[in-house]
Amino acid sequence: MLVSVKWLKEYVDIERISNKELADRVTMSGSHVDSIDELDKGVQKVVVGKIKEINPHPDADKLVVTKVDVGTDMIQIVTGANNIKVGDYVPIALVGARLTDGMKISKSKLRGVESYGMMCSAKELGINEDFILKDLKNGIFILDREYPLGCDIKEVMGLKDVVIDFEITPNRPDCLSIVGMARETAATFGKEFKFPIVEIKNEVEDISNYVNNITVEDNELCRRYYARVVKDVDVKPSPLWLRRKLSECGLRPINNIVDITNYVMLELGQPLHAFDLDHITDKTVIIRKAVEGEKIKTLDDVNRNLDNSMLTIADTKKPIAIAGVMGGLDSEVNNNSKTILIESANFKGRSVRLTSRTLGLRTDASSRFEKDLDPNLSEIACNRVCQLIEQIGAGTIIKGSIDIYDNVKKEKIIYLRPERANMMLDVEISPEKMVKILNTLELHSKFIKDKIEVTVPTFRNDIELEADLIEEIARIYGFDKIKSVPLVGTLTKGEKSTQRTIEDKIKNILVGVGLNEITTYSFVSPKVYNKINLPEDSIQRKYVELINPLGEDYSVMRTTLIPNMMDVLTRNYNYGVEECFAFEIGNLFKPTSLPVKSLPKECKTLCIGMYGNTDYFDIKGIMDTLLSRLGIHDCEYIREERHNTFHSGRTANIIKNNHLLGIIGEIHPDVRENYGIKERVYTAEIDLETIIIFTNFNKKYKELPKYPATTRDIALVVDENSLVKDIEKIIWTQGKDLVEEIKLFDVYTGDQIPQGKKSIAYSIVYRSREKTLTDEEVTKVHDKIVNDLIKDLNASLRQ
Amino acid sequence: MKEMLKTIEQNALQSIRNISDLEQLEKIRVQFLGKKGELTQVLRGMGKLSKEERPIVGQVANEVREKIEKELEKTKNALKTAQKDIKLKKERIDISMPGNKKVIGHRHPLLTVKEELETVFMNMGFDVVEGPEIETVYNNFDALNSPENHPSRDLSDTFYITEQILLRTHTSPVQIRVMKQIQSPIKIVSAGRTFRFDEVDDTHSPMFHQLEGLVVDKNITIANLKHTIDMFIKELFGSDMKTRFRPHYFPFTEPSAEVDVSCLKCRGEGCDCCHKTGWDMELLGCGMVHPRVLENCGIDPEVYSGFAFGLGVDRIAMVKYGINNIRLLFENDMRFLNQF
Repeated sequence: MLVSVKWLKEYVDIERISNKELADRVTMSGSHVDSIDELDKGVQKVVVGKIKEINPHPDADKLVVTKVDVGTDMIQIVTGANNIKVGDYVPIALVGARLTDGMKISKSKLRGVESYGMMCSAKELGINEDFILKDLKNGIFILDREYPLGCDIKEVMGLKDVVIDFEITPNRPDCLSIVGMARETAATFGKEFKFPIVEIKNEVEDISNYVNNITVEDNELCRRYYARVVKDVDVKPSPLWLRRKLSECGLRPINNIVDITNYVMLELGQPLHAFDLDHITDKTVIIRKAVEGEKIKTLDDVNRNLDNSMLTIADTKKPIAIAGVMGGLDSEVNNNSKTILIESANFKGRSVRLTSRTLGLRTDASSRFEKDLDPNLSEIACNRVCQLIEQIGAGTIIKGSIDIYDNVKKEKIIYLRPERANMMLDVEISPEKMVKILNTLELHSKFIKDKIEVTVPTFRNDIELEADLIEEIARIYGFDKIKSVPLVGTLTKGEKSTQRTIEDKIKNILVGVGLNEITTYSFVSPKVYNKINLPEDSIQRKYVELINPLGEDYSVMRTTLIPNMMDVLTRNYNYGVEECFAFEIGNLFKPTSLPVKSLPKECKTLCIGMYGNTDYFDIKGIMDTLLSRLGIHDCEYIREERHNTFHSGRTANIIKNNHLLGIIGEIHPDVRENYGIKERVYTAEIDLETIIIFTNFNKKYKELPKYPATTRDIALVVDENSLVKDIEKIIWTQGKDLVEEIKLFDVYTGDQIPQGKKSIAYSIVYRSREKTLTDEEVTKVHDKIVNDLIKDLNASLRQ
Repeated sequence: MKEMLKTIEQNALQSIRNISDLEQLEKIRVQFLGKKGELTQVLRGMGKLSKEERPIVGQVANEVREKIEKELEKTKNALKTAQKDIKLKKERIDISMPGNKKVIGHRHPLLTVKEELETVFMNMGFDVVEGPEIETVYNNFDALNSPENHPSRDLSDTFYITEQILLRTHTSPVQIRVMKQIQSPIKIVSAGRTFRFDEVDDTHSPMFHQLEGLVVDKNITIANLKHTIDMFIKELFGSDMKTRFRPHYFPFTEPSAEVDVSCLKCRGEGCDCCHKTGWDMELLGCGMVHPRVLENCGIDPEVYSGFAFGLGVDRIAMVKYGINNIRLLFENDMRFLNQF
């Protein structure tokens, strides 16, 4: 909300307050200042002058020599301007003057003739060209009328003004107006606030002679419709002061009638619209919902299709305006208009907002209406428009009004307990002071017994409860004056859930083994399920879908982290990153029913992904380290050959006590191809909730061995497809308490090994906790192990 | 004999002094002191000496032996030291060559900051809790006193799954869950993913992160809120940081405030970054829990009061690390992550 400080001063006495202080204090009372714009832009020593003589230059055709009266002096100025004539009032930059671009004016000689100053254009004065009439935009800025000679141009043009841009919170539509901000300013500084006096001097005839009928069909969407008529309008450009105020506050001047409605919108916060009454068929206005397929050409010259959710202002034939958003071009007020209807209505915010959004058309009117304005503002705003039209002589006001207002909005009464306010704010403000604060905000208050009775005006829609009044007290009293007091009561130790603690541990372990943590969006494209080759009937294709996604890429909630991981790996691969080791911990979303009826289950999941100089055993090693550090031992890796996302020969399910912890393996070459990665990719996806069941951080010290160990090596030739875990199982079972450790140190196929076989070599470490083992004792166990291996696995010893 | 011994001594010392390696030194030791060595030979002849001479010659012999032994030991040590020196010299390496890398991974900067924030609050006695990303309209809006007409409820602002289920637009629904469950006293923070209908650009992302705090108990005041936020900001950014509470509007708190913090770049001096104001704007929103919100959770606002606050984790991470584009946070470029 742009506010001209000069305009603001018409309603509140803040003459002695600097602009900086104004901005700072009002910011601290709740209206944050976004920016401050000083209009004079550094202009100095530019005064009003009157051109007395214009003579040809003796040596130059394109220059003239002028004599200008600047009040105290008659000075000679040489200029090349061609839009001036004798008698014009123009801005004169005297010797020593400064203009907006920093230009300094000094005495000069032009083709031998001395010049003691310069006539200025609007641009050189930093005047917003919006409110300059077209023919004055080029050349010297000819003033619109006589002004005292020698008078500072900043005074005349209102350039001594500052425009402050306030951020208005959505609960305070009343502050989207100069009077609203004046009220806030008055309360902030404890000054008196003056509402403009609205009175019309002369009214003629009666509105019934001009308007046949106005009907509101939907009084929920149109809470009030107030209208007046003005005849004999003289549509022309507005006077300078009006154009200036509008353009300072961000509106483009159009013509005097439209400008006045806009002026009142800025001043009071009520959007208004003027119709050319001669273009309203049957002089009848119907406020109704649009019929599906109806069209209107709006003021911005765009044809718009309406639907039956939109409220329109219509005559007997067609819509003439989109309620609260924009008027129609046909009934626009223009130079030919004679009689006009001024509408000052109140529309339901939600309806205006949705209409404006559907049409993609947000206007100064709609952005105010959508916040639900006070219907009691309509009448005074309409009369204010009539008053100003009369004041500038732009028309004659017709007596009477049409006012359709079924549910009159009344003031609320709310009670405030001063001790409650003092408790909540931890302050000691007397009830009298509270009453004073509330009254400056026009929240009319009386202290009765132990309570303050507050009559809340209808423009303060946001005040509903005692708490709202406490806030008013707090912000005007000053948040900065409220103390800072530590919390008291039972001291608590901040804690994290077990799940979070374990999650944090997992992250530390994974970072420790060299993985980078990534984080990706919770929503994905449904296409990713094809990309990772999931079968049509896969449970992971049962996903939760968004009604209104930002696009297909963000349209369904993920049911696996693998596609996100693949995306990240692919992106890095394409960026030329040589190797990539990453993990993500995030939620999967499993619907409890489809279509979704209740909140889906959110499952914390870990995904690891890597490519580069690595293989299956690296990712398995990471998994082994992770599980062991979490105290999860004896997990089984069961071959998984049917998962289409993975390489059938290099993938396993990780099982612990019949619970599936997750899957680990190499990504299927087809899937890699879908992503365009030429390197082998390894991933694992682990369900953290299951992991958490098995984590065990209890640790007990086990005595260090006292007796020496004996190591025996063994090399076996076994079937190519046999798994080392079967060999290890036999060693552990037979070795009983004497086998301390087994180390696989060689796997070999090729020369000397028969086709279809492989050689596997182990070191077995034997040690007893009770004594030093003798050679015989070790041999006994070792032979048993070898025998069982040969017998059970159809193995042979490699010679 | 005495003369012989002296000659042996001279010869021996002479030989030892000319030695340059340990092997030769050993030979000399054997030559003079070995079982068949020159000195031993002489001593063997001592039997022929008279009783009177024996102790005198014996003494001289011992002196000679000691001298030779001493000299041998000295030279041996010197040679050993020299040898070690040569070995060390030979083993010289280029100590400026690169080290063998031991790879430790990198935490994501955003999640690092999230955890840091949580830790600061944990140290202040707040429990860390979590809430779901998919929420009910009731928890996300209704129970938080959000006006029915609030634009944030629109399809163009919020992602919906059904009419009643959505992706949470803030972490505030966690407030509702915790209040309904625990009632009072409450002292929690909750950080996590939040979603709004924003196209991806340099400063916007449809998914971002917030941290929410909530305290409910008897006699909680706005002065307590101010203190908590002050402490937090000082913990996080340094004790020279100031805070400024500006009245603002949030549907679920009353009174509400936005908190400005000393500009993180100039620390309050005023610079281009903060438009010479010295303040970093709108780092945090907060306020006293709206009585209607307490009521909605079955807590009597006449007995209990509370405060709540929320802040954008992404923004803090970006300010802290000087990250100028929010997209970097979600692209997971390893060259980006490796910097943290």
